[in-house]
Amino acid sequence: MSSSMNTVGRPTAPTEVDPIHGFQSLTGGRGLLQDEPLIFEMDGWDKTGVDVPDADLDASDLGALVRRDPIGLPGLSEPETMRHYVRLSQKNHAIDLALYPLGSCTMKHNPRLNEKMARLPGFSDIHPLQPQSTVQGALALMDRLAHWLKTLTGMPAVALSPKAGAHGELCGLLAIHAAHDAKGDHARRVVLVPTSAHGTNPATAAFVGYSVREIAQTADGRVDLQDLKAKLGPDVAAIMVTNPNTCGLFERDIVEIARLTHEAGAYFYCDGANFNAIVGRVRPGDLGVDAMHINLHKTFSTPHGGGGPGAGPVVLSEALAPFAPTPWVVSHEDGFRLVEFEEGEAVQSFGRMNAFHGQMGMYVRALTYMMSHGSDGLRQVAEDAVLNANYIKARLSDVMSPAFPDGPCMHEALFDDRWLEGTGITTLDFAKAMIDEGFHPMTMYFPLVVHGAMLIEPTETESRIELDRFIEALRALAGAARAGEVDRFKGAPYLAPMRRLDETQAARQPRLSWKAREGSNLAAE
Amino acid sequence: MRYLPLTADDRRSMLSAIGAKSIDDLFVDVPLSARRDGVVDLPKVMGELEVERELSALAARNKPAGSVPFFCGAGAYRHHVPATVDHVIQRSEFLTSYTPYQPEIAQGTLQVLFEFQTQVARLTGMEVANASMYDGSTAAAEAVLMASRVTRRTRAVLSPGLHPHYVHSIETLAHATSIQTERLRPAVDAEADVIEAIDANTACVVVQTPNVFGTATDVTRIAEAVHAAGALLIVVTTEVMSLGLLKSPGEMGADIVAAEGQSIGNALNFGGPYVGLFAAREKLTRQMPGRLCGETVDAEGRRGFVLTLSTREQHIRRDKATSNICTNSGLCALAFNIHMSLLGEKGLRKVAAVNHAQARKTRDALAAVPGVEVLTPRFFNEIAVRLPRPAEQVVQVLADHNIIAGVPFSRLDPEAGMDDVLLVAATEIVTDHDIKLLAMALSKVLSA
Ligand SMILES: Cc1ncc(COP(=O)(O)O)c(C=O)c1O
Repeated sequence: MSSSMNTVGRPTAPTEVDPIHGFQSLTGGRGLLQDEPLIFEMDGWDKTGVDVPDADLDASDLGALVRRDPIGLPGLSEPETMRHYVRLSQKNHAIDLALYPLGSCTMKHNPRLNEKMARLPGFSDIHPLQPQSTVQGALALMDRLAHWLKTLTGMPAVALSPKAGAHGELCGLLAIHAAHDAKGDHARRVVLVPTSAHGTNPATAAFVGYSVREIAQTADGRVDLQDLKAKLGPDVAAIMVTNPNTCGLFERDIVEIARLTHEAGAYFYCDGANFNAIVGRVRPGDLGVDAMHINLHKTFSTPHGGGGPGAGPVVLSEALAPFAPTPWVVSHEDGFRLVEFEEGEAVQSFGRMNAFHGQMGMYVRALTYMMSHGSDGLRQVAEDAVLNANYIKARLSDVMSPAFPDGPCMHEALFDDRWLEGTGITTLDFAKAMIDEGFHPMTMYFPLVVHGAMLIEPTETESRIELDRFIEALRALAGAARAGEVDRFKGAPYLAPMRRLDETQAARQPRLSWKAREGSNLAAE
Repeated sequence: MRYLPLTADDRRSMLSAIGAKSIDDLFVDVPLSARRDGVVDLPKVMGELEVERELSALAARNKPAGSVPFFCGAGAYRHHVPATVDHVIQRSEFLTSYTPYQPEIAQGTLQVLFEFQTQVARLTGMEVANASMYDGSTAAAEAVLMASRVTRRTRAVLSPGLHPHYVHSIETLAHATSIQTERLRPAVDAEADVIEAIDANTACVVVQTPNVFGTATDVTRIAEAVHAAGALLIVVTTEVMSLGLLKSPGEMGADIVAAEGQSIGNALNFGGPYVGLFAAREKLTRQMPGRLCGETVDAEGRRGFVLTLSTREQHIRRDKATSNICTNSGLCALAFNIHMSLLGEKGLRKVAAVNHAQARKTRDALAAVPGVEVLTPRFFNEIAVRLPRPAEQVVQVLADHNIIAGVPFSRLDPEAGMDDVLLVAATEIVTDHDIKLLAMALSKVLSA
């Protein structure tokens, strides 16, 4: 054991102890990571972090409506609040810390110019219902975003208001429903969805009252055309196909899929979550798509914010455009105007999907991003995203098992767990061990068509050096797995803010909110 | 391009590591007919300065609420948000993280969600709350679907004071799922009329308090009638700041609360992103839509948090899920959580009191304007007034004079025959001077 001393006698090198089994702090903290209580445990029952003048409360009009019982909401002073959240923040992984290779999620860099623009008072401090003459710039921005989305996808129309990808799927299926209705065709009750689809696809179809029929997949990870042909029929309203698909592959037969679908009188909904792989290089409109959502929080870099918000504009074909949800923006000689009701030009619209005009804050960020890149930069985005994924695939294929080894992948590289066979280590264990190496795991166990799936999406905003670091970490872990270092995986993570969490217990006895322990305001542990 | 780290050299050597001759080799699966050689017809790459210049010019063509006396509400409210909130939500670890699927490295987000759920449950007086919905209107639509699942009935009664945009959002979803809706004619103070409309197939009754006209209603009696009929009561609130002064939906018998949480922590943002609050009775937990965060322990027995009961959700249950929602309003929920932690009950009650005081002053000032009739009997911070001429015209004239006087009801519902009704909200940002200016300008316009 070596211990170098500086001039005041304080050891500057750590003592060598077993970092995992040998040491527990006395307070539950881990170095700079504090053991932070819940705000309900900080004795803030009579505190507030805002200074507000006392109003002469005359609630005489309200009588018995006045809330008398305690609400039970603690407050904190500003310094306590700041510390609370900064301490909590340090327990999160983030794209700003390291590669975040969650396949299907497109965790790319979130430019701060987007944030700055979204906070201009001219965008952030305007009310959705103030006179339209006072928000012409906002309407112009929506119009310009629409123009970019239509041009990039080669589609004639776009509905901006859906609030996320799944909401976009809902928008697409409602438009399809309305289009069939308009033709007097009420017999179509089925939506075809490949087994590899994201859960939101079948969930959305069922939500709208369709029954879901699965389409099989070929050995090379694409829609099985024979199966599709067999399942298309007069009862099918739509197919929902993700392209590039959730295995990270381009559907080679996409044009034929569209043709068959249309021939059967159905519409083609494309899940555009993976648009990042093709933006600027391929226009979905050239593939025969009728509707496709675009997750602005994926392809167009609006931040994921720990789960949202996002935005899911839907581009629409000529056939579906008349049924788009209100509201939308039109331009006329003296400016822009919102079409808000199902009358006149919107008489066929299927209606409104939410209270106002959609996710303006996300529109500003996405347009900022698009303008920054320009048409040339966006094409480069797709190329670099695909290049990075193929590089990872190429460099890991000798130590892990690619699910579809033949041919290139698009923006994500999919591995299965065959290579872990006999090691006693699962995809989950491997993922947790990545955490100890400083990386967020890839998407695991999705898509469902691949056993123990590990779906790696690096995105275009990773440097060669970071990719190599990631690759070397995975190669080292793969080596450890082969060498039988089972504990490294089974006990992982060791070095994260928390050890592995018990999800079974959480579901067995759900505790979904904080409750005071018997006899006290505080949860004294 | 400044966001793309790869150099031309990197690209060359990576292609050779892959064994590809050019980038086109990686796009071989794209049908020839769909490959595009050139760039699409849009502007080229732009520097930060140029982008900022163009977008600032667009922003300058809008009139921000903070630049004028401002009285719009009707489902979106301008409150003062402490500076801490916007600082914290821009921390990388919150802003640039994903849904907490790996809980060991997402405890920050998860603890925030657990606190948020607790705050929402307490604020609404309910037992459980989820980790957020897109906004209040989609929360309300999901609540109707949930009530139909729970009761196995297919009819929803929508109250006379339910925000027309909420009515339409509910109708869009309900009609696609064969739920019939019966919407009662818009009226300022008639929420209790829903009682007459309940029948044996009624899954739920949706009432709003304070309603779109600002009227606050004690829904206790409605709840009794709804429950007697075996249906569920859904209470909608679009202004949650009101819960610092008004009895909570839970105290009055609500089964599900669907609320817009924008007022706490979130800017107006021209309508989004906002944060839908969804709360319910505990026995309904497993029928709820959306993510839920729950408490558990880690392998060393330390308390931690995870996403739980996900067998309700699309990624596990697919076409049997309770909802299709995936991405929600996480960061807006964080903003809500921080603002609420700063306020505490003490601050919340104070801010609510200021809102009510300013609204009372506004009511008194407008009532004194010749030709103006105040319609709302009991309110929190918003009132409906009847003007002697179409509200839309009056609002436009006042806007031209730099006063944003409120929302004409016809903007929300042109068919209601209430073109002369103006909705006027006064939050804590409205000063006494603003109120005076509004009343003066209104008298001038009306007497012209
Ligand atoms: C393939 C795919 N489809 C749909 C979705 C749903 O999108 P959102 O989360 O924006 O609702 C996702 C996102 O997770 C996805 O990866």
